[in-house]
Amino acid sequence: MNETALLIAATLAAGTPLALAGLGLLVNERAGVVNLGAEGMMAIAAVTGFAAAFHTGNDWVGFAAGAAAGAAAASLFGWLALWLYTNQYATGLALSLFGGGFSAFVGTGYVGRKLEQSAGVGIPGLRDVPFLGPALFRQHPMVYVAIAIMAAMAWFFYRTRAGLVLRSVGESPESAHALGYPVRQIRMGAVLVGGALCGVSGAYLSITYAPMWVEGMIAGRGWIALALTVFATWRPGRVLLGAYLFGGVTMLQFHLQAQGLQLPSQFMSMLPYLSTIFVLVLISRDPLWIRLNMPASLGKTFHPGA
Amino acid sequence: MHGRSLLQNLTLAALLAFGLTACSKSEPPKAAAPAAAPAPAAKVEPLKIGFIYVGPVGDAGWTYAHDLGRKAVEAKFGDKVKTTYVEKVAEGPDAERVIRDLVAQGNKLIFATSFGFGDSMEKVAKDHPEVFFEHATGFKTAPNLRNYEGRFYEASYVAGVLAGMMTKSNVIGFVGSFPIPEVLRNINAFTLGARSTNPKVKTKVVWVNAWFDPSKETEAAQSLINGGADVLLQNTDSTAVLQTAEKNGKYAFGWDSDMSAFAPKAHLGSAALDWSGYYVKATGDVLGKTWKSQDTRWGIKEGLTTFVKVNEAIPAAAKAKVDEAKAFLVANPGAVFRGPIKDSTGKEVLAAGAVGDDKFKGEMNFYVEGVEGKVPAGK
Repeated sequence: MNETALLIAATLAAGTPLALAGLGLLVNERAGVVNLGAEGMMAIAAVTGFAAAFHTGNDWVGFAAGAAAGAAAASLFGWLALWLYTNQYATGLALSLFGGGFSAFVGTGYVGRKLEQSAGVGIPGLRDVPFLGPALFRQHPMVYVAIAIMAAMAWFFYRTRAGLVLRSVGESPESAHALGYPVRQIRMGAVLVGGALCGVSGAYLSITYAPMWVEGMIAGRGWIALALTVFATWRPGRVLLGAYLFGGVTMLQFHLQAQGLQLPSQFMSMLPYLSTIFVLVLISRDPLWIRLNMPASLGKTFHPGA
Repeated sequence: MHGRSLLQNLTLAALLAFGLTACSKSEPPKAAAPAAAPAPAAKVEPLKIGFIYVGPVGDAGWTYAHDLGRKAVEAKFGDKVKTTYVEKVAEGPDAERVIRDLVAQGNKLIFATSFGFGDSMEKVAKDHPEVFFEHATGFKTAPNLRNYEGRFYEASYVAGVLAGMMTKSNVIGFVGSFPIPEVLRNINAFTLGARSTNPKVKTKVVWVNAWFDPSKETEAAQSLINGGADVLLQNTDSTAVLQTAEKNGKYAFGWDSDMSAFAPKAHLGSAALDWSGYYVKATGDVLGKTWKSQDTRWGIKEGLTTFVKVNEAIPAAAKAKVDEAKAFLVANPGAVFRGPIKDSTGKEVLAAGAVGDDKFKGEMNFYVEGVEGKVPAGK
């Protein structure tokens, strides 16, 4: 029983970086912009956040610095893709490669440095409830922040006028433009939010989860977050669930290995990917559902003058 | 507006012209310097040595340790040698290009420091008999190609001896990278060491299928701890396992280099590598023209594999056992695998009195008794 609680706790911790990045990417994709640079933004944010936390000794300064760095990297992408009309896919790929190299370059001095872990994790009062305490209430605050962001995002998208405008920019930028909305500025805002959340995700990896900076430490999580938004059919709740599912199966396969289960570990390494795709495809196989949720102008360049 | 920018351009051009003249003026003395240098002459051309690294030199682990070795060569031989390195070379076709490039630049001794460089190195060695090639953790030899490796499993054994004394749950854990003989030797040596001081010990193994992924290593270490393991060792290269143990109030070891600073409480000792002795020897072989093709396996006795920074807080009896195990391996190099040894299915793989030879160690594809589960991709 105790082990199950620990497994749930580990699942939430492992799913959180994917949820943060996935939710961020969801915002800019809802506005019709695909930013494949997630991996690069996360890497730049991871090293920036680590450096900030290292010098100030405060994790929250680190997270803020990570968000700022992610947004800065995203602004570069936004400027190129929205104002210079470069292809979004190619620009995103370039940012992803650039971020990997750039973060390695500026981060050389931080490799192998130790970060002081700030204590005080968990919700007082609830953390000692049997089973639920160790399973749910002894997490890093960022785990709860991710859940709050998901809820706020769902409310914003479907219950506010601003959310409706954002989605309309993603559906039909021409119509939104004709109605007088500043399409490019709105898209830029969404790209910045996306970059900032990817940044928080990268900083969470380097400050809390690993906790260390080393080149290549994002290890494909940006790509997984990108895939999650698609398989979750651009719904915030499903992005969060998909992230937990991925984290859960990752932890489960390690857990089963530790139990001495007789399965090839190479096969088990595939499991998180397979099961996440399987489940998300299963819950979203209705073509109408996908058509209703996929932003119609996703990835298309918008020329306001045309 | 236009006129002014023209003016600006002119000013800029003037400045540039001035700058250029300034440069050309300052050139003659510069040119004079090298002209004066060859006068003493008769100086011997330094031996050029190239190193190829699989990771960045700042990885605080495997490549970092090799680079310390390179620096030791420079410190020892001074201007008799000139070393260069290429870092982050991918194993595979890229490596061949880099090795050929190093040869073309006049390097006469080349070290390739990862297993996956072997085939490329063998190819280039055939084309360049005048260059000496050295391959770390390899097994191939040619007239101008030899290999060298550490008996890493000796340090794993010593770590195991200590783990057996320190575990309270009698469950120890190992975070494995890939199920290859090199890693299986470490798992088995760790287990044999632990069971030599505590026969009740069981080892749980979790594979991450990566050499370096701090997040995955953290997850694997956490699941081992959740499964009851209270002393951990890893064959992966980051400090993540150690830091996870620290967070959970358990014990762990450093790998590749002294990692004590990362987990003052959890750190029981580090299985560190020191390549400098071998690199100095190999360079000396070439300079002294005594280089010959062979396999080199160095361990605790030769100082390549070491077990350092044993935690001060451990009981004296445990510390004595560590020293005893080290002394034993200095007297009997490589004698970690001595019969009788049973595998995890109970089959005897080494008879009583026998000592595992290079073939036994090189082809290891089983868990010894006490390790739970089965080797993945079981043969």
